[in-house]
Amino acid sequence: MDNTIKVGMAELSALNHPGVLVTIGLGSCVGIALYDREKKVIGLAHAMLPSSLQIKNNTNTNKGKFADTAILELLDEMIRLGASRKNIIAKLAGGAQMFTFNDSSDIIRIGERNVIAAKEKLRELNIEIISEDTGGNYGRTIEFYSDDGRLVVKTLGLGTKEI
Amino acid sequence: MKINDFKQLDGFYLDVLREVGNIGAGNAATALAKLIKKKVIMDVPNVKIMEFKEVSELMESAEKLVIGVLIKILGDLPGYILFIMEYKTARLLVDTLIEIAQNPEVASGEFSELEISAIKEVGNIVAGSYLSALSTLTGLKVQTSVPSIAIDMAGAILSVPAIEFGKVCDTVLYIETKFSEGTTNIKGDFILIPALESYEIIMKALGVGN
Repeated sequence: MDNTIKVGMAELSALNHPGVLVTIGLGSCVGIALYDREKKVIGLAHAMLPSSLQIKNNTNTNKGKFADTAILELLDEMIRLGASRKNIIAKLAGGAQMFTFNDSSDIIRIGERNVIAAKEKLRELNIEIISEDTGGNYGRTIEFYSDDGRLVVKTLGLGTKEI
Repeated sequence: MKINDFKQLDGFYLDVLREVGNIGAGNAATALAKLIKKKVIMDVPNVKIMEFKEVSELMESAEKLVIGVLIKILGDLPGYILFIMEYKTARLLVDTLIEIAQNPEVASGEFSELEISAIKEVGNIVAGSYLSALSTLTGLKVQTSVPSIAIDMAGAILSVPAIEFGKVCDTVLYIETKFSEGTTNIKGDFILIPALESYEIIMKALGVGN
């Protein structure tokens, strides 16, 4: 498909059918994929941190950086493209723990916290999460297709799957 | 100077950071050369200020298989050091170290526990020598954690330091150094990732802050 958009770290993007949204090398960040099953509008966010509220002196305006603000912004963009809230479902990928240290510092658990934060926000917005491939200690490349909302998850060494 | 965002760092401060990187990397290259008993060439460090979306392309492709050794910096200059190499490079490095094979054609396959330990140790020695130079230069005290290793996509590994920066600002600063060793072509990227407050501490210690 020609209409392929790459979503980088701390970025988000939405598209009308036909199109593909891709994120390469998703590590501890969480990939939040939203799909309007009727209008076939897709949206993908690559959020780095759980919550915009937990950051001190938060002056930045980069909404794609945090799971909470990224989801809200993504929904807005999709609705602008003609999606309707009630049709939207979610899929999650990423949130890995790439490195392990012997203590339980923040940087280590960030992947898990990103996934929890995304789930909380989606629950708050009444958006159903129909599938996920999260956690583990490996990176993922994800491809999100507008034709049927399938999310293809590729890894190095652990193969490819569809969720 | 109060640093809230790396965009505020002008040419002069970047030059200071580059020089700190230069001295540290010189030490690290020497340590690496001793370890593999070969001449190691070090490029002048590159100080880069990047957007998050650019970070994952630092190793050419976000999907490239790489090895990252992450070491936590403790003490006066909190932060992280990431020693990152292409998988193939790490294989050659390990083979050089353990003297199994010199033929790049056989440089493939998975790493054994022993080889993983060897890579961690290389990361440890290189990072330690870098930090000891920084410590001598600034008079500040630093210690390091036990190294942690990950073998995966470059983007996924580089997201770890990027997230650390993400907590305080919208850009990432890398002091990046490339190593190479002529005949076996050992190349590594060495990325120093101080916590934001560490920049002020470094500048102050060097007498360039105010």
